[in-house]
Amino acid sequence: MSFMNWIDERFPATKVWNEHLAQYYAPKNFNSWYFFGSLAMLVLVNQIVTGIWLAMAYKPDATLAFASVEYIMRDMDYGWLIRYMHSTGASAFFIVVYLHMFRGLMYGSYRKPRELLWIIGLVIYLAMMATAFFGYLLPWGQMSYWGAQVIVNLFSAVPFVGEELSVWIRGDFVISDATLNRFFALHFLLPFVLAALVFIHIVALHKVGSNNPDGIEIKKGPKGNRWSDTAPADGIPFHPYYSVKDIFGVGMFLILFAAVIFFWPDFGGLFLEAPNFEPANPLKTPPHIAPVWYFTPFYAMLRAVPPMFNSQFPGVVVMFASILIMFALPWLDRSPVKSIRYKGILFKIALGVFAVTFVVLAYLGLQPSTPTKTLLAQIFTGLYFAFFLLMPIYSKLDKTKPVPERVSE
Amino acid sequence: MKKLIAAFALALLPVVGFASEAGVELEKANIDLHNQAAIQRGAKYFTNYCMGCHSAKYVRYQLLKNVGLSESQIKDNLIFDGSKVGDLMSIAMPEAYAAGSFGAPAPDLTLEARRRSADWIYTYLKSFYTDPSRPTGVNNIVFPNVGMPNILWELEGIKDPVFKYEVHEGTHSVGSYDTEAEAEAAAKEMGEGHRVVKIVHGFERRTDGKLSDADFDQAVRDLTTYLTYIAEPMKLERQEMGVWVLLFLVVFTVLAYMMKKEWWKDVH
Repeated sequence: MSFMNWIDERFPATKVWNEHLAQYYAPKNFNSWYFFGSLAMLVLVNQIVTGIWLAMAYKPDATLAFASVEYIMRDMDYGWLIRYMHSTGASAFFIVVYLHMFRGLMYGSYRKPRELLWIIGLVIYLAMMATAFFGYLLPWGQMSYWGAQVIVNLFSAVPFVGEELSVWIRGDFVISDATLNRFFALHFLLPFVLAALVFIHIVALHKVGSNNPDGIEIKKGPKGNRWSDTAPADGIPFHPYYSVKDIFGVGMFLILFAAVIFFWPDFGGLFLEAPNFEPANPLKTPPHIAPVWYFTPFYAMLRAVPPMFNSQFPGVVVMFASILIMFALPWLDRSPVKSIRYKGILFKIALGVFAVTFVVLAYLGLQPSTPTKTLLAQIFTGLYFAFFLLMPIYSKLDKTKPVPERVSE
Repeated sequence: MKKLIAAFALALLPVVGFASEAGVELEKANIDLHNQAAIQRGAKYFTNYCMGCHSAKYVRYQLLKNVGLSESQIKDNLIFDGSKVGDLMSIAMPEAYAAGSFGAPAPDLTLEARRRSADWIYTYLKSFYTDPSRPTGVNNIVFPNVGMPNILWELEGIKDPVFKYEVHEGTHSVGSYDTEAEAEAAAKEMGEGHRVVKIVHGFERRTDGKLSDADFDQAVRDLTTYLTYIAEPMKLERQEMGVWVLLFLVVFTVLAYMMKKEWWKDVH
């Protein structure tokens, strides 16, 4: 113990351990939805570790990039495993984070006093999307190339400065070696920004305390539990209770994750697309270009908006608005209760429709557009925005149930 | 001038119309990656027939040691250009030359099986037929107007197309006829918006090849097996490893669950 004393006099190791783990009191009624936060951190670590090993052999050069990926896959010891962990990890990251966000929607984790926690989370989500976008160019396959071309071209739709803006982003008039180089630099940098943001997210979480499936503030409830007289009665120390529980969650997740890595790494062309096994060719446009699945809901909304005044800009605005509107969520929900358990039928329907909307938009964004599909995309874009914009109305009209004082077992 | 004529021929072709790339039903390749002899034979076909134009430049010759070939077997049977066993399977044909001869450089085939599919490769190689309008004298129903000649013709023999005439309304076929005249008459009867499209319906053998039909199918299957193998040489290794990883994770997760239950006894 004298060793720990020596440390603690110089660095608050024990204090930090207690404040954030051993004496951080989390509600005792977390369900499986609460696995996804820790899983997101696990996947981030996976991405950083495998990413660094990939970077040791990867060449961010338009003439070498594709071959260096194949070198990793074939000639580097377990290079294929590291790369599949990374490529599957990218998709897993988004699945886990989408479920984490959906948990927040269900249990009202964005409501006061957790508005800032939600906003920091959204900033993490934006940083994740940027990281994924930069990373997707690196294999330098046809879909990497043309996907990046389409997305960067969105910026050229910005009035007046668009052309210059897109050239500034690419560093060239088309996606080229210059673009690949800078995207690699940014793809390497952003995960560390992401890690810093996650740290801030957790600091904010531990300031306000975790929400729970009942949406009850345990800090406002009665005090005193087995470990402390001042701690919330419905709280249990994060460590060891949730650390051992999360290890089980990690096991469940890794079973699915490993099943994909070892048996289905392409995931039917969703995680690794067939056209991306062909090197980037600026002179040959693939017949159908679609972004990776985790971007397609937003891509579908972009395509749903017809060009106006000869400009794609309205579509771009709608696409960015669809993400930015999430920032307003804490102030759009006027329900007196947080959790879906005590909310009424209106919110349940709205959230159900929203979940379906997101999946349908993701599907539509993957498909080549047809008049019918564009119409569908327009309808579902409307539904997407309706979920947010009508929330002040339906959340107020909704008939809620009384919230108990203590969390349910 | 020749190029110009070829370009004109290309421009005219859509008038004739062929079954679209997506419209062709692919035959099942039924390959078995565990069959090392098939991969070895496929490697022989690949180096003898394909590598004149196509590289597999992300693959090293020595990869074939993993399917049971010795270094000297690889050197004696598969390497014709003095490459070392550790060298990549690249080719000498400059891309510009290939582009001049065939319209485009022949694509590298390392990842062809992942870019298309084993079934696609298998069906494609069996779908060449004579077409005098093409510079190579052949066409392909899986890849219409492909620049590649039927390199395996010696083995397969020569096949002529059997045409059918379909009446199309928009992009849908509304009737199929054996002769053009019948189809024209039917289209006229159905009224405006109907057109006749010439479809390759099947093949008719003109000359026999060195191999019987069954042997040729096997040769193409071997080649497809080889191409599937080189597209992802670690596939079997990863599946084998995956079984052990999953077994470990299941045990780990069961133990983790038991540990959680034990710790949580005093909470519930």
